[in-house]
Amino acid sequence: MTDQTVASESTVVDGVHYHEFDIVIVGAGGAGMRAAIEAGPGAKTAVISKLYPTRSHTGAAQGGMAAALANVEEDNWEWHTFDTVKGGDYLVDQDSAEILAREAIDAVIDLENMGLPFNRTPEGKIDQRRFGGHTRDHGKAPVRRACYAADRTGHMILQTLFQNCVKLGINFFNEYYALDLIMTEVGGQRRPAGVVALELATGELHVFHSKAVIFATGGFGKIYKTTSNAHTLTGDGVGIIWRKRLPLEDIEFFQFHPTGLAGLGILLTEGARGEGAILRNASGERFMERYAPTIKDLAPRDIVARCMVQEVREGRGAGPNKDYVLLDCTHLGAEVLETKLPDITEFARTYLGIDPVTEPVPVMPTAHYAMGGIPTNNNAEVLLDNDTVVPGLYAAGECACVSVHGSNRLGTNSLLDINVFGKRAGNNAIEFVKSAELPPLPEDPAADVRNMVESLRASTGTERVADIRRALQETMDTNAQVFRTEETLTQVSADIHALRQRYANVGVQDKGKRFNTDLLEAVELGFLLDIAEVVVYAARNRKESRGGHMREDFPKRDDENYLKHTMAYLTGDPHSADPSDHIKLDWKPVRITNYQPMERKY
Amino acid sequence: MSTATQETEPVTPAPLQSFTVTLIIRRYDPEVDQEPHWQDFDVELFPTDRILDALHKIKWEQDGSLTFRRSCAHGVCGSDAMRINGRNRLACKTLIKDLDVTKPIYVEAIKGLPLEKDLIVNMDPFFESYREVQPFLQAHHEPEPGRERLQSPTDRERFDDTTKCILCAACTSSCPVFWTDGQYFGPAAIVNAHRFIFDSRDDEAQVRLDILNDKEGVWRCRTTFNCTEACPRGIQITQAIAEVKQAVITGRVR
Repeated sequence: MTDQTVASESTVVDGVHYHEFDIVIVGAGGAGMRAAIEAGPGAKTAVISKLYPTRSHTGAAQGGMAAALANVEEDNWEWHTFDTVKGGDYLVDQDSAEILAREAIDAVIDLENMGLPFNRTPEGKIDQRRFGGHTRDHGKAPVRRACYAADRTGHMILQTLFQNCVKLGINFFNEYYALDLIMTEVGGQRRPAGVVALELATGELHVFHSKAVIFATGGFGKIYKTTSNAHTLTGDGVGIIWRKRLPLEDIEFFQFHPTGLAGLGILLTEGARGEGAILRNASGERFMERYAPTIKDLAPRDIVARCMVQEVREGRGAGPNKDYVLLDCTHLGAEVLETKLPDITEFARTYLGIDPVTEPVPVMPTAHYAMGGIPTNNNAEVLLDNDTVVPGLYAAGECACVSVHGSNRLGTNSLLDINVFGKRAGNNAIEFVKSAELPPLPEDPAADVRNMVESLRASTGTERVADIRRALQETMDTNAQVFRTEETLTQVSADIHALRQRYANVGVQDKGKRFNTDLLEAVELGFLLDIAEVVVYAARNRKESRGGHMREDFPKRDDENYLKHTMAYLTGDPHSADPSDHIKLDWKPVRITNYQPMERKY
Repeated sequence: MSTATQETEPVTPAPLQSFTVTLIIRRYDPEVDQEPHWQDFDVELFPTDRILDALHKIKWEQDGSLTFRRSCAHGVCGSDAMRINGRNRLACKTLIKDLDVTKPIYVEAIKGLPLEKDLIVNMDPFFESYREVQPFLQAHHEPEPGRERLQSPTDRERFDDTTKCILCAACTSSCPVFWTDGQYFGPAAIVNAHRFIFDSRDDEAQVRLDILNDKEGVWRCRTTFNCTEACPRGIQITQAIAEVKQAVITGRVR
């Protein structure tokens, strides 16, 4: 369904709708809409999204957005840069982290000026709170750096960006599912010429012909079973780029957020610990004191998640099956919970029947965030190798890898990332389209998508999408989660191959055109399988432990051999049995400026 | 590792039994059906399952053509508002244990918006009303360059309740006035106008009050409280509408 403000004329050729724009943005979460706010006023821009914009998962982010405003205590962006680099276990590109931390301040102020209702200090400034890994003076103590609006900061960001898109009259194509990036060659250079999308309401195909394309399609947490991610986070954009044989960077690094509601994976913000909540094992011990004596429960997520799993493995888990730990908020008092953490208080009450005011909440790590993704430079331009830009193609937000998060993202740095690099993507696309010509379209650009959609719709296969997806998610949880070994990764690799074969025989029951969500889920599963394969393949190749990637068989960080980014390329037939037949792994140096790698202690 | 699965198994200590629940769902496929019709499904569920889990089990195990929107599955994205036993609720926030499962559970699309397929309605008219109330900050006083506008915690608190809206349409599509008069702005648009009318940083409250003083504006509200009862975010919608009515009369917002 198209918003009524759309002034888009389209022509129809052989049943396919053709539109022309300067810039097409794929995805209407935080990064996509932040880009649109820059791009919309200066160029003919379309935002296409498989959801209504306000359904995007930015809205589920809770705790805050980091910026060294120093509104409540001394802070500066250099400390923020250091924390980001150290938090990412030194796999962060340090010049990029500096941009993130420097531009954070304007990014927060931009949002406030656009109307975002942050919590306030008594003087009326933006209030700030503590968050994991954010410290004063290079690790001396936790610092109040996270700007927040209760525990619904992401909701407020998504609403504020949408409100400003409405104000600016941005053209949205809602519930249009992008399925292909049209690539062409201009003057010997590979360039995007637009996007092919399926209009979910009608089942018709649309070609968005454009000079520039911005990918802002979010993550792929649904490769895992226990995840904080929405059902719709199936890595479509990352999968499209991969199928176009453009590389993916650091794809093996996935973040497991420590405090998911046990068994459900629903996120409970780290802001709870920022406000003073404590993790305890079955005996009530504050176990993080043993692992991170200086900042304890506010250690970065990779460390806290591992410690929690370790406690459970060693028999100190709580509950009848000793399979979770407890997030104790009871000493915070009802007022703090109701005013600063109201949503997570309600989640615990609704989904577990537990009142955090009086009882500790069962929690375990939940698949949360992809550190890796589509490689870009600091201008959000997509790279086709270690250095070469694809002119006119941009990526921002979780689908991208700049890399500002390295091997482990700090909490509150993703809401920051989408704003800083979403804005950069929009601005740089504007500059690009000023001088670029509209590249010619190849003949019948929708052909591949038509074939894929029609063959799935017509399939009489006997395999169910849900069965294959469940099997994928279960093997990923069992074998490629917080702890990994060669043995578990070999197992999941074999499982994925078997599932890919079953997928070739998948059936779709709904044969209709309109709102065919059965077909949609089958397409999404194809992306999940492709991405899971490369995640696991890259994880097997990195024989060290760093940030979110913990190899029990290689428990130490190995800077001599692995202080470098993984670059994965699809080179052969994606359906061949052995991933080494069709995936090539290469390396890219980490950009180190001010901070030499040190042992990571908290 | 937790052993519980995400979709179906409970996590609470007491061992829970699953049981069979009957859902009666109002189906409509525009490519086949002249009229919507009701269809029964029996599903094995745990008390802690959500209606969304039940719908997924049907779609994934019985009938892939069952069509509904959903995304976050924990009540923050606003995709899955639907009528469950005659009340507007989010499917992902409605637990089986909170319903009377000795009887079938009736599920149908929200009312008052054009039905597209099964549980999906066309949301465009809803968002059109939202757009008409100018739901964005309009402040004529520029802050100091590079600084935030100041706002006291009390002024921030004034409009806190209406910032929680997730635009799910549960309120608007529960309103009997909206059912009979699709031109009425509806509670959600008024909630989003309220969010800016009472924001101390905004300077265009009067413009929105004039818009809502229109014949399709706040005065159509009959104070039936359906919207307040339907809101999955617990927003005191009827009170917010009353505050807007008061502001229209007095011209005062703070």
